[in-house]
Amino acid sequence: MKMTMTQKILAAHCGLESVSAGQLIEADLDMVLGNDITAPVAINELEKAGLNKIFSREKISLVMDHFTPNKDIKAAEQCKQVRDFARYHGIINFFDVGEMGIEHALLPEKGLVKAGDCIIGADSHTCTYGALGAFSTGVGSTDMAAGMATGKAWFKVPAAIRFELAGKLPANVSGKDLILHIIGKIGVDGALYKSMEFAGDGVGSLSMDDRLCIANMAIEAGAKNGIFPVDDKTIAYMKQAGVADQSYTVYEPDSDAEYEQTIRIDLSEVTHTISFPHLPDNTRTPNEITEGIKIDQVVIGSCTNGRYEDMEVAAAVLKGKKVARDVRCIVIPATQKIYLECIRNGLAEIFVESGAIISTPTCGPCLGGHTGILAEGERAIATTNRNFVGRMGHPNSEVYLASPYVAAKVAVTGILKGDLI
Amino acid sequence: MMARKYLTYMKVTGKIHKYGDNVDTDVIIPARYLNTPNPDELKLYCMRDIDADFINKVQAGDIIVAGKNFGCGSSREHAPISIKASGVSCVIAESFARIFYRNAINIGLPIIESIEAAKAVQNGETLEIDFNKGEILNKSTGETFNVQAFPPFIQEIISAGGLLNRNKKKL
Repeated sequence: MKMTMTQKILAAHCGLESVSAGQLIEADLDMVLGNDITAPVAINELEKAGLNKIFSREKISLVMDHFTPNKDIKAAEQCKQVRDFARYHGIINFFDVGEMGIEHALLPEKGLVKAGDCIIGADSHTCTYGALGAFSTGVGSTDMAAGMATGKAWFKVPAAIRFELAGKLPANVSGKDLILHIIGKIGVDGALYKSMEFAGDGVGSLSMDDRLCIANMAIEAGAKNGIFPVDDKTIAYMKQAGVADQSYTVYEPDSDAEYEQTIRIDLSEVTHTISFPHLPDNTRTPNEITEGIKIDQVVIGSCTNGRYEDMEVAAAVLKGKKVARDVRCIVIPATQKIYLECIRNGLAEIFVESGAIISTPTCGPCLGGHTGILAEGERAIATTNRNFVGRMGHPNSEVYLASPYVAAKVAVTGILKGDLI
Repeated sequence: MMARKYLTYMKVTGKIHKYGDNVDTDVIIPARYLNTPNPDELKLYCMRDIDADFINKVQAGDIIVAGKNFGCGSSREHAPISIKASGVSCVIAESFARIFYRNAINIGLPIIESIEAAKAVQNGETLEIDFNKGEILNKSTGETFNVQAFPPFIQEIISAGGLLNRNKKKL
Protein backbone atom coordinates (compact mmCIF):
# COMPACT_ATOMS: atom_id res chain seq x y z
CA MET A 1 0.00 0.00 0.00
CA LYS A 2 3.07 2.22 0.36
CA MET A 3 1.63 4.35 3.15
CA THR A 4 3.50 6.19 5.88
CA MET A 5 2.26 5.99 9.47
CA THR A 6 0.54 9.37 9.10
CA GLN A 7 -1.13 8.34 5.84
CA LYS A 8 -2.45 5.14 7.44
CA ILE A 9 -4.09 7.06 10.29
CA LEU A 10 -5.61 9.56 7.85
CA ALA A 11 -6.92 6.79 5.57
CA ALA A 12 -8.59 5.09 8.55
CA HIS A 13 -10.24 8.37 9.54
CA CYS A 14 -11.73 9.13 6.14
CA GLY A 15 -12.96 5.63 5.40
CA LEU A 16 -10.55 4.92 2.55
CA GLU A 17 -8.40 1.84 1.96
CA SER A 18 -5.47 4.02 1.10
CA VAL A 19 -4.47 7.64 0.56
CA SER A 20 -1.44 9.20 -1.06
CA ALA A 21 0.50 12.44 -0.71
CA GLY A 22 -1.30 15.46 -2.16
CA GLN A 23 -4.80 13.95 -1.92
CA LEU A 24 -7.47 16.16 -0.33
CA ILE A 25 -9.57 14.36 2.27
CA GLU A 26 -12.12 15.08 4.96
CA ALA A 27 -11.27 13.17 8.15
CA ASP A 28 -13.19 12.31 11.32
CA LEU A 29 -11.71 13.83 14.45
CA ASP A 30 -11.10 12.17 17.82
CA MET A 31 -10.29 15.43 19.60
CA VAL A 32 -10.68 19.16 18.90
CA LEU A 33 -8.65 21.47 21.15
CA GLY A 34 -8.68 25.19 21.84
CA ASN A 35 -7.27 27.57 24.43
CA ASP A 36 -8.18 30.94 25.97
CA ILE A 37 -6.75 32.86 22.98
CA THR A 38 -7.94 30.78 20.05
CA ALA A 39 -11.30 29.47 21.36
CA PRO A 40 -12.97 32.93 21.64
CA VAL A 41 -12.38 33.53 17.92
CA ALA A 42 -13.81 30.07 17.15
CA ILE A 43 -16.86 30.65 19.36
CA ASN A 44 -17.53 33.99 17.64
CA GLU A 45 -17.25 32.29 14.23
CA LEU A 46 -19.78 29.63 15.27
CA GLU A 47 -22.17 32.32 16.45
CA LYS A 48 -21.73 34.37 13.27
CA ALA A 49 -22.54 31.29 11.19
CA GLY A 50 -25.57 30.54 13.37
CA LEU A 51 -24.21 27.13 14.38
CA ASN A 52 -25.46 26.26 17.84
CA LYS A 53 -24.57 22.58 18.13
CA ILE A 54 -21.34 20.75 18.91
CA PHE A 55 -20.49 17.28 17.61
CA SER A 56 -19.48 15.79 20.97
CA ARG A 57 -19.29 16.75 24.64
CA GLU A 58 -16.29 14.45 25.21
CA LYS A 59 -14.19 15.12 22.12
CA ILE A 60 -13.65 18.84 22.64
CA SER A 61 -11.00 20.11 25.06
CA LEU A 62 -10.83 23.74 26.16
CA VAL A 63 -7.78 24.67 28.23
CA MET A 64 -7.36 28.10 29.82
CA ASP A 65 -3.56 28.25 29.82
CA HIS A 66 -2.14 31.18 27.86
CA PHE A 67 -3.09 34.36 29.73
CA THR A 68 -4.12 32.61 32.95
CA PRO A 69 -4.46 33.19 35.84
CA ASN A 70 -6.12 36.07 33.99
CA LYS A 71 -3.47 38.70 33.34
CA ASP A 72 -5.86 41.59 32.70
CA ILE A 73 -9.53 42.43 32.29
CA LYS A 74 -9.66 41.60 28.58
CA ALA A 75 -8.00 38.24 29.15
CA ALA A 76 -10.51 37.57 31.93
CA GLU A 77 -13.37 38.35 29.53
CA GLN A 78 -11.95 35.88 27.00
CA CYS A 79 -11.80 33.10 29.61
CA LYS A 80 -15.30 33.95 30.78
CA GLN A 81 -16.61 33.64 27.21
CA VAL A 82 -15.04 30.17 26.87
CA ARG A 83 -16.25 29.11 30.34
CA ASP A 84 -19.83 30.16 29.49
CA PHE A 85 -19.63 28.32 26.16
CA ALA A 86 -18.33 25.15 27.86
CA ARG A 87 -21.12 25.26 30.46
CA TYR A 88 -23.83 25.94 27.89
CA HIS A 89 -22.79 22.96 25.76
CA GLY A 90 -21.88 20.71 28.70
CA ILE A 91 -18.30 20.28 27.45
CA ILE A 92 -16.65 17.84 29.84
CA ASN A 93 -12.99 18.58 29.15
CA PHE A 94 -12.94 22.24 30.13
CA PHE A 95 -9.90 23.02 32.28
CA ASP A 96 -9.69 26.26 34.24
CA VAL A 97 -7.30 27.52 36.94
CA GLY A 98 -6.89 24.79 39.55
CA GLU A 99 -7.27 21.96 37.05
CA MET A 100 -5.59 23.37 34.01
CA GLY A 101 -2.03 22.84 32.88
CA ILE A 102 -0.30 23.79 29.65
CA GLU A 103 -2.56 22.10 27.09
CA HIS A 104 0.05 19.91 25.38
CA ALA A 105 1.34 18.58 28.69
CA LEU A 106 -2.17 18.22 30.12
CA LEU A 107 -3.99 16.26 27.40
CA PRO A 108 -1.48 13.37 27.20
CA GLU A 109 -1.21 13.27 31.02
CA LYS A 110 -4.99 12.96 31.34
CA GLY A 111 -5.21 10.26 28.68
CA LEU A 112 -7.35 12.45 26.40
CA VAL A 113 -5.14 11.78 23.37
CA LYS A 114 -3.82 8.38 22.33
CA ALA A 115 -2.19 6.23 19.68
CA GLY A 116 -4.02 6.13 16.35
CA ASP A 117 -6.12 9.25 17.03
CA CYS A 118 -6.75 12.04 14.52
CA ILE A 119 -6.54 15.34 16.41
CA ILE A 120 -6.68 19.04 15.58
CA GLY A 121 -6.02 21.92 17.94
CA ALA A 122 -6.17 25.66 17.53
CA ASP A 123 -2.61 25.92 18.73
CA SER A 124 0.41 25.29 16.57
CA HIS A 125 2.05 22.95 19.09
CA THR A 126 -0.83 20.47 18.84
CA CYS A 127 1.68 18.35 16.90
CA THR A 128 3.00 17.25 20.35
CA TYR A 129 0.65 14.23 20.49
CA GLY A 130 2.48 12.58 17.61
CA ALA A 131 4.76 11.32 20.38
CA LEU A 132 1.97 8.86 21.25
CA GLY A 133 1.60 7.61 17.67
CA ALA A 134 -1.34 9.89 16.83
CA PHE A 135 -1.88 12.15 13.83
CA SER A 136 -2.13 15.56 15.44
CA THR A 137 -1.80 18.99 13.91
CA GLY A 138 -2.27 22.68 14.64
CA VAL A 139 -4.99 24.68 12.90
CA GLY A 140 -6.61 28.09 13.27
CA SER A 141 -9.80 29.10 15.02
CA THR A 142 -12.11 28.69 12.01
CA ASP A 143 -10.94 25.10 11.53
CA MET A 144 -11.49 24.58 15.24
CA ALA A 145 -15.02 26.01 14.95
CA ALA A 146 -15.80 23.73 12.00
CA GLY A 147 -14.32 20.80 13.92
CA MET A 148 -16.48 21.53 16.97
CA ALA A 149 -19.59 21.73 14.80
CA THR A 150 -19.01 18.75 12.51
CA GLY A 151 -16.29 16.57 14.05
CA LYS A 152 -14.44 16.77 10.75
CA ALA A 153 -11.53 18.63 9.17
CA TRP A 154 -10.08 18.81 5.66
CA PHE A 155 -6.47 17.87 5.04
CA LYS A 156 -4.08 17.61 2.17
CA VAL A 157 -2.40 14.24 2.78
CA PRO A 158 1.25 15.05 3.54
CA ALA A 159 4.40 13.54 2.10
CA ALA A 160 6.98 12.58 4.71
CA ILE A 161 10.58 12.88 5.78
CA ARG A 162 11.83 9.85 7.70
CA PHE A 163 14.29 10.42 10.54
CA GLU A 164 16.09 7.21 11.26
CA LEU A 165 17.57 7.35 14.73
CA ALA A 166 20.36 5.06 15.91
CA GLY A 167 22.19 4.76 19.22
CA LYS A 168 21.64 6.72 22.40
CA LEU A 169 21.97 10.37 23.42
CA PRO A 170 25.03 11.22 25.56
CA ALA A 171 24.56 12.06 29.26
CA ASN A 172 22.76 15.37 29.89
CA VAL A 173 21.86 15.71 26.19
CA SER A 174 18.11 15.54 25.69
CA GLY A 175 15.31 15.37 23.16
CA LYS A 176 15.40 19.18 23.06
CA ASP A 177 18.98 19.13 21.82
CA LEU A 178 18.02 16.55 19.19
CA ILE A 179 15.06 18.52 17.81
CA LEU A 180 17.05 21.80 17.79
CA HIS A 181 19.85 19.92 16.00
CA ILE A 182 17.34 18.66 13.40
CA ILE A 183 15.77 22.11 12.89
CA GLY A 184 19.25 23.62 12.56
CA LYS A 185 19.98 21.03 9.88
CA ILE A 186 16.80 21.26 7.77
CA GLY A 187 15.71 24.85 8.52
CA VAL A 188 12.49 26.45 9.79
CA ASP A 189 10.73 25.48 6.54
CA GLY A 190 12.66 22.24 6.00
CA ALA A 191 9.59 20.07 6.53
CA LEU A 192 6.97 22.54 5.24
CA TYR A 193 3.58 20.82 4.67
CA LYS A 194 5.19 17.43 5.47
CA SER A 195 5.20 14.77 8.19
CA MET A 196 8.32 14.17 10.21
CA GLU A 197 8.26 10.44 10.90
CA PHE A 198 10.71 9.18 13.49
CA ALA A 199 11.95 5.60 13.26
CA GLY A 200 14.89 3.33 13.96
CA ASP A 201 16.43 1.54 16.95
CA GLY A 202 17.32 4.82 18.62
CA VAL A 203 13.66 5.67 19.29
CA GLY A 204 13.50 3.10 22.10
CA SER A 205 16.19 4.94 24.05
CA LEU A 206 14.17 8.16 24.15
CA SER A 207 11.89 8.75 27.13
CA MET A 208 8.25 9.73 26.56
CA ASP A 209 9.02 13.24 27.84
CA ASP A 210 11.79 13.49 25.23
CA ARG A 211 9.47 12.25 22.46
CA LEU A 212 6.76 14.74 23.48
CA CYS A 213 9.35 17.54 23.33
CA ILE A 214 10.60 16.43 19.89
CA ALA A 215 7.12 16.08 18.36
CA ASN A 216 6.16 19.42 19.94
CA MET A 217 8.75 21.29 17.89
CA ALA A 218 7.99 19.63 14.52
CA ILE A 219 6.07 22.82 13.69
CA GLU A 220 9.29 24.82 14.08
CA ALA A 221 10.54 23.04 10.97
CA GLY A 222 7.24 23.89 9.25
CA ALA A 223 5.92 20.32 9.53
CA LYS A 224 2.27 19.37 9.50
CA ASN A 225 2.96 16.74 12.14
CA GLY A 226 5.69 14.79 13.85
CA ILE A 227 5.05 11.16 14.71
CA PHE A 228 6.72 8.35 16.66
CA PRO A 229 6.16 4.60 16.44
CA VAL A 230 4.29 3.03 19.36
CA ASP A 231 6.43 0.84 21.64
CA ASP A 232 6.34 -0.50 25.22
CA LYS A 233 7.15 2.94 26.62
CA THR A 234 4.20 4.50 24.78
CA ILE A 235 1.84 1.80 25.98
CA ALA A 236 3.06 2.12 29.59
CA TYR A 237 2.62 5.91 29.38
CA MET A 238 -0.95 5.60 28.07
CA LYS A 239 -1.80 3.00 30.72
CA GLN A 240 -0.58 5.30 33.47
CA ALA A 241 -2.69 8.11 31.96
CA GLY A 242 -5.77 5.92 32.22
CA VAL A 243 -6.20 5.11 28.52
CA ALA A 244 -8.20 1.86 28.21
CA ASP A 245 -6.43 -1.00 26.39
CA GLN A 246 -9.12 -1.38 23.72
CA SER A 247 -9.44 2.33 22.99
CA TYR A 248 -6.28 2.95 20.97
CA THR A 249 -4.96 1.64 17.67
CA VAL A 250 -1.33 1.05 16.81
CA TYR A 251 -0.39 1.93 13.23
CA GLU A 252 2.90 1.12 11.57
CA PRO A 253 4.20 2.44 8.26
CA ASP A 254 4.15 0.00 5.35
CA SER A 255 7.51 -1.61 4.67
CA ASP A 256 7.46 -0.01 1.22
CA ALA A 257 6.17 3.39 2.40
CA GLU A 258 7.42 6.26 0.30
CA TYR A 259 9.47 9.03 1.91
CA GLU A 260 10.68 12.15 0.16
CA GLN A 261 13.87 11.91 2.10
CA THR A 262 15.48 9.79 4.82
CA ILE A 263 17.80 11.47 7.30
CA ARG A 264 19.94 9.23 9.51
CA ILE A 265 21.03 10.50 12.88
CA ASP A 266 23.43 8.83 15.28
CA LEU A 267 22.12 9.99 18.65
CA SER A 268 25.51 9.53 20.29
CA GLU A 269 26.87 12.32 18.09
CA VAL A 270 24.24 14.90 19.13
CA THR A 271 25.46 17.47 21.63
CA HIS A 272 24.02 20.45 23.54
CA THR A 273 22.32 22.67 20.99
CA ILE A 274 21.21 26.27 21.47
CA SER A 275 19.13 28.39 19.06
CA PHE A 276 20.33 31.97 18.83
CA PRO A 277 18.01 34.88 18.01
CA HIS A 278 15.76 35.16 16.06
CA LEU A 279 14.94 31.81 14.48
CA PRO A 280 14.91 28.28 15.89
CA ASP A 281 17.17 27.11 13.03
CA ASN A 282 19.96 29.50 14.04
CA THR A 283 21.61 26.79 16.13
CA ARG A 284 25.04 26.63 17.76
CA THR A 285 26.82 23.94 19.74
CA PRO A 286 28.98 24.81 22.80
CA ASN A 287 32.25 24.81 20.84
CA GLU A 288 30.78 27.55 18.62
CA ILE A 289 29.90 29.78 21.61
CA THR A 290 33.29 31.18 22.52
CA GLU A 291 32.27 34.66 23.62
CA GLY A 292 30.23 34.90 26.81
CA ILE A 293 26.70 36.30 26.45
CA LYS A 294 25.22 37.95 29.54
CA ILE A 295 21.77 36.57 30.36
CA ASP A 296 19.11 38.46 32.35
CA GLN A 297 16.39 35.83 32.63
CA VAL A 298 16.06 32.05 32.54
CA VAL A 299 12.72 30.37 31.85
CA ILE A 300 12.34 26.63 32.48
CA GLY A 301 8.89 25.43 31.47
CA SER A 302 6.41 25.51 28.52
CA CYS A 303 4.64 22.84 26.45
CA THR A 304 8.08 21.93 25.12
CA ASN A 305 9.99 21.44 28.39
CA GLY A 306 7.74 21.81 31.43
CA ARG A 307 7.37 18.09 32.16
CA TYR A 308 8.56 16.25 35.24
CA GLU A 309 11.82 14.99 33.71
CA ASP A 310 12.65 18.57 32.73
CA MET A 311 12.05 19.68 36.32
CA GLU A 312 14.28 16.86 37.61
CA VAL A 313 17.12 17.79 35.27
CA ALA A 314 16.93 21.48 36.23
CA ALA A 315 16.76 20.65 39.95
CA ALA A 316 19.78 18.36 39.70
CA VAL A 317 21.81 21.25 38.26
CA LEU A 318 20.51 23.84 40.74
CA LYS A 319 20.79 21.65 43.86
CA GLY A 320 23.06 23.33 46.41
CA LYS A 321 23.79 26.19 44.01
CA LYS A 322 22.54 29.75 43.68
CA VAL A 323 21.03 31.49 40.69
CA ALA A 324 23.52 34.19 39.65
CA ARG A 325 22.91 37.68 40.95
CA ASP A 326 21.21 39.79 38.24
CA VAL A 327 19.52 36.68 36.80
CA ARG A 328 15.80 36.06 37.24
CA CYS A 329 15.09 32.34 37.05
CA ILE A 330 11.45 31.35 36.48
CA VAL A 331 10.47 27.69 36.75
CA ILE A 332 7.02 26.71 35.46
CA PRO A 333 5.88 23.11 35.96
CA ALA A 334 3.46 22.49 33.09
CA THR A 335 0.56 20.90 35.00
CA GLN A 336 -0.85 20.69 38.53
CA LYS A 337 0.28 17.06 38.72
CA ILE A 338 3.87 17.97 37.81
CA TYR A 339 3.71 20.90 40.25
CA LEU A 340 2.61 18.58 43.05
CA GLU A 341 5.35 16.06 42.23
CA CYS A 342 7.88 18.89 42.41
CA ILE A 343 6.65 19.68 45.93
CA ARG A 344 6.41 16.08 47.11
CA ASN A 345 9.81 15.06 45.81
CA GLY A 346 11.70 18.06 47.15
CA LEU A 347 12.30 19.77 43.79
CA ALA A 348 10.33 22.83 44.84
CA GLU A 349 12.61 23.32 47.82
CA ILE A 350 15.70 23.07 45.62
CA PHE A 351 14.33 25.70 43.23
CA VAL A 352 13.37 28.17 45.95
CA GLU A 353 16.61 27.72 47.87
CA SER A 354 18.58 28.35 44.70
CA GLY A 355 16.81 31.68 44.23
CA ALA A 356 14.52 30.58 41.38
CA ILE A 357 10.76 31.17 41.53
CA ILE A 358 8.10 28.55 40.84
CA SER A 359 5.03 29.70 38.95
CA THR A 360 1.64 28.07 38.70
CA PRO A 361 1.21 26.30 35.32
CA THR A 362 0.83 28.80 32.45
CA CYS A 363 2.22 29.54 28.98
CA GLY A 364 3.02 33.00 30.42
CA PRO A 365 6.40 34.29 29.24
CA CYS A 366 6.87 31.81 26.37
CA LEU A 367 4.71 33.93 24.09
CA GLY A 368 5.36 37.22 25.86
CA GLY A 369 2.03 37.01 27.67
CA HIS A 370 2.90 37.66 31.31
CA THR A 371 5.01 36.39 34.27
CA GLY A 372 8.43 37.29 32.90
CA ILE A 373 8.35 39.87 30.11
CA LEU A 374 11.67 41.20 28.82
CA ALA A 375 12.66 44.88 28.72
CA GLU A 376 14.43 46.47 25.76
CA GLY A 377 17.89 44.99 25.29
CA GLU A 378 17.39 42.12 27.75
CA ARG A 379 18.30 38.53 26.98
CA ALA A 380 16.67 35.31 28.13
CA ILE A 381 17.63 31.70 27.76
CA ALA A 382 14.50 29.59 27.74
CA THR A 383 13.43 25.98 27.34
CA THR A 384 10.55 27.23 25.19
CA ASN A 385 10.07 26.77 21.45
CA ARG A 386 10.34 30.12 19.64
CA ASN A 387 12.86 32.93 19.66
CA PHE A 388 11.22 35.23 17.10
CA VAL A 389 11.59 39.01 17.33
CA GLY A 390 9.62 40.24 20.37
CA ARG A 391 8.49 36.74 21.34
CA MET A 392 9.10 37.22 25.09
CA GLY A 393 8.62 40.97 25.31
CA HIS A 394 10.24 44.06 23.81
CA PRO A 395 10.98 43.80 20.07
CA ASN A 396 14.61 44.58 20.91
CA SER A 397 14.98 41.77 23.44
CA GLU A 398 16.49 38.36 22.68
CA VAL A 399 15.58 34.75 23.37
CA TYR A 400 18.00 31.81 23.24
CA LEU A 401 16.39 28.36 23.10
CA ALA A 402 17.97 25.50 25.02
CA SER A 403 17.38 22.33 27.03
CA PRO A 404 16.51 22.43 30.76
CA TYR A 405 20.06 21.25 31.54
CA VAL A 406 21.72 24.10 29.63
CA ALA A 407 19.20 26.70 30.86
CA ALA A 408 19.79 25.69 34.51
CA LYS A 409 23.57 25.80 34.01
CA VAL A 410 23.29 29.33 32.62
CA ALA A 411 21.06 30.32 35.56
CA VAL A 412 23.99 29.60 37.87
CA THR A 413 26.68 31.44 35.90
CA GLY A 414 24.56 34.17 34.33
CA ILE A 415 26.65 33.74 31.19
CA LEU A 416 25.94 31.68 28.07
CA LYS A 417 29.36 30.40 26.99
CA GLY A 418 30.33 27.04 25.54
CA ASP A 419 32.95 26.07 28.10
CA LEU A 420 30.62 26.90 31.01
CA ILE A 421 27.95 24.38 29.90
CA MET B 1 -7.02 29.95 -13.66
CA MET B 2 -7.67 31.31 -10.22
CA ALA B 3 -10.92 30.76 -8.40
CA ARG B 4 -13.70 32.17 -10.55
CA LYS B 5 -15.74 33.65 -7.77
CA TYR B 6 -12.92 34.87 -5.60
CA LEU B 7 -15.03 36.47 -2.88
CA THR B 8 -16.96 39.30 -4.44
CA TYR B 9 -14.16 40.90 -6.40
CA MET B 10 -12.06 39.58 -9.23
CA LYS B 11 -9.55 42.36 -9.54
CA VAL B 12 -7.59 44.29 -6.93
CA THR B 13 -5.04 47.09 -7.23
CA GLY B 14 -2.68 48.25 -4.55
CA LYS B 15 0.76 49.30 -3.49
CA ILE B 16 3.31 46.74 -2.36
CA HIS B 17 4.64 46.43 1.18
CA LYS B 18 7.53 44.00 0.82
CA TYR B 19 9.15 41.87 3.53
CA GLY B 20 11.70 39.04 3.68
CA ASP B 21 11.64 35.33 4.55
CA ASN B 22 10.02 33.71 7.61
CA VAL B 23 7.69 36.55 8.61
CA ASP B 24 6.20 34.94 11.72
CA THR B 25 2.77 35.49 13.24
CA ASP B 26 4.36 36.96 16.39
CA VAL B 27 5.63 39.95 14.39
CA ILE B 28 2.39 40.15 12.39
CA ILE B 29 0.38 40.43 15.61
CA PRO B 30 2.38 40.26 18.85
CA ALA B 31 0.84 38.20 21.68
CA ARG B 32 0.52 41.27 23.89
CA TYR B 33 -2.41 42.31 21.68
CA LEU B 34 -4.15 38.92 21.66
CA ASN B 35 -6.44 39.70 24.58
CA THR B 36 -9.18 40.59 22.12
CA PRO B 37 -10.68 38.76 19.13
CA ASN B 38 -12.02 42.05 17.67
CA PRO B 39 -10.69 42.68 14.09
CA ASP B 40 -11.02 46.48 14.45
CA GLU B 41 -8.73 46.43 17.47
CA LEU B 42 -6.36 43.80 16.06
CA LYS B 43 -5.75 45.81 12.87
CA LEU B 44 -4.25 48.66 14.90
CA TYR B 45 -1.26 46.42 15.73
CA CYS B 46 -0.88 44.66 12.38
CA MET B 47 2.82 44.06 11.48
CA ARG B 48 3.77 45.97 14.63
CA ASP B 49 7.05 44.20 15.43
CA ILE B 50 8.37 44.06 11.86
CA ASP B 51 7.16 47.44 10.57
CA ALA B 52 5.84 49.68 13.36
CA ASP B 53 4.63 52.30 10.86
CA PHE B 54 2.69 49.80 8.70
CA ILE B 55 -0.74 50.74 9.97
CA ASN B 56 -0.12 54.43 9.18
CA LYS B 57 1.12 53.65 5.66
CA VAL B 58 -1.33 50.97 4.55
CA GLN B 59 -4.23 51.93 2.31
CA ALA B 60 -7.27 49.91 1.32
CA GLY B 61 -6.32 47.50 -1.46
CA ASP B 62 -2.58 47.38 -0.68
CA ILE B 63 -0.68 44.14 -1.15
CA ILE B 64 1.83 42.42 1.13
CA VAL B 65 4.64 40.60 -0.68
CA ALA B 66 7.10 38.36 1.17
CA GLY B 67 9.65 35.60 0.77
CA LYS B 68 9.57 32.02 2.02
CA ASN B 69 7.45 30.59 4.86
CA PHE B 70 5.18 33.62 5.40
CA GLY B 71 3.07 33.31 8.56
CA CYS B 72 5.22 30.73 10.33
CA GLY B 73 4.93 30.07 14.04
CA SER B 74 1.83 30.45 16.16
CA SER B 75 -1.53 29.29 14.74
CA ARG B 76 -3.21 32.55 15.80
CA GLU B 77 -5.93 33.37 13.28
CA HIS B 78 -5.59 36.90 14.63
CA ALA B 79 -2.69 37.27 12.15
CA PRO B 80 -4.66 36.94 8.88
CA ILE B 81 -7.62 38.65 10.58
CA SER B 82 -5.50 41.73 11.39
CA ILE B 83 -4.06 41.78 7.86
CA LYS B 84 -7.51 41.55 6.29
CA ALA B 85 -8.95 44.18 8.65
CA SER B 86 -6.10 46.57 7.85
CA GLY B 87 -7.38 46.74 4.26
CA VAL B 88 -4.79 44.50 2.59
CA SER B 89 -6.35 42.89 -0.49
CA CYS B 90 -3.90 40.04 -1.06
CA VAL B 91 -0.70 38.48 0.30
CA ILE B 92 1.80 37.14 -2.25
CA ALA B 93 4.67 35.00 -0.96
CA GLU B 94 7.25 32.53 -2.24
CA SER B 95 5.66 30.05 0.20
CA PHE B 96 3.31 30.08 3.17
CA ALA B 97 3.49 28.28 6.50
CA ARG B 98 0.70 25.70 6.39
CA ILE B 99 -1.47 26.92 9.27
CA PHE B 100 -1.43 30.50 7.95
CA TYR B 101 -2.34 29.15 4.49
CA ARG B 102 -5.39 27.33 5.89
CA ASN B 103 -6.41 30.27 8.06
CA ALA B 104 -6.23 32.76 5.19
CA ILE B 105 -8.44 30.56 3.00
CA ASN B 106 -10.82 29.85 5.87
CA ILE B 107 -11.39 33.55 6.62
CA GLY B 108 -11.34 34.73 3.00
CA LEU B 109 -8.02 36.59 2.85
CA PRO B 110 -6.76 36.14 -0.72
CA ILE B 111 -3.24 34.67 -0.91
CA ILE B 112 -1.05 33.74 -3.85
CA GLU B 113 1.99 31.46 -3.80
CA SER B 114 4.38 32.63 -6.53
CA ILE B 115 8.15 32.47 -6.26
CA GLU B 116 8.55 34.39 -9.52
CA ALA B 117 6.30 37.33 -8.63
CA ALA B 118 7.45 37.50 -5.00
CA LYS B 119 11.07 37.74 -6.06
CA ALA B 120 10.59 40.22 -8.92
CA VAL B 121 8.35 42.93 -7.51
CA GLN B 122 9.65 45.74 -5.31
CA ASN B 123 8.47 47.68 -2.31
CA GLY B 124 6.29 50.66 -3.29
CA GLU B 125 5.39 49.37 -6.77
CA THR B 126 1.74 48.99 -7.73
CA LEU B 127 0.23 45.65 -8.65
CA GLU B 128 -3.05 44.79 -10.29
CA ILE B 129 -4.19 41.23 -9.59
CA ASP B 130 -6.83 39.67 -11.82
CA PHE B 131 -8.00 36.61 -9.89
CA ASN B 132 -10.26 35.58 -12.74
CA LYS B 133 -7.44 35.40 -15.28
CA GLY B 134 -4.85 34.26 -12.74
CA GLU B 135 -2.61 37.17 -13.64
CA ILE B 136 -0.52 39.68 -11.72
CA LEU B 137 0.39 42.90 -13.55
CA ASN B 138 3.13 45.09 -12.17
CA LYS B 139 1.74 48.49 -13.18
CA SER B 140 5.02 50.17 -12.27
CA THR B 141 7.12 48.06 -14.66
CA GLY B 142 4.57 46.49 -17.04
CA GLU B 143 5.75 42.99 -16.14
CA THR B 144 3.11 40.24 -15.83
CA PHE B 145 3.09 36.95 -13.93
CA ASN B 146 0.77 34.00 -14.32
CA VAL B 147 -0.25 32.29 -11.11
CA GLN B 148 -1.38 28.79 -10.20
CA ALA B 149 -5.00 27.96 -9.51
CA PHE B 150 -6.16 26.62 -6.15
CA PRO B 151 -7.41 23.01 -6.17
CA PRO B 152 -11.22 22.79 -6.74
CA PHE B 153 -11.85 21.81 -3.11
CA ILE B 154 -10.23 25.03 -1.88
CA GLN B 155 -12.03 27.03 -4.56
CA GLU B 156 -15.26 25.63 -3.15
CA ILE B 157 -14.41 27.02 0.32
CA ILE B 158 -13.49 30.39 -1.16
CA SER B 159 -16.61 30.53 -3.34
CA ALA B 160 -18.81 29.75 -0.33
CA GLY B 161 -17.27 32.71 1.52
CA GLY B 162 -15.22 30.71 4.00
CA LEU B 163 -15.11 27.29 5.60
CA LEU B 164 -18.07 27.64 7.97
CA ASN B 165 -20.41 28.86 5.25
CA ARG B 166 -19.34 25.96 3.07
CA ASN B 167 -19.93 23.48 5.91
CA LYS B 168 -23.27 25.08 6.75
CA LYS B 169 -24.43 24.46 3.20
CA LYS B 170 -23.45 20.81 3.59
CA LEU B 171 -24.97 20.27 7.05
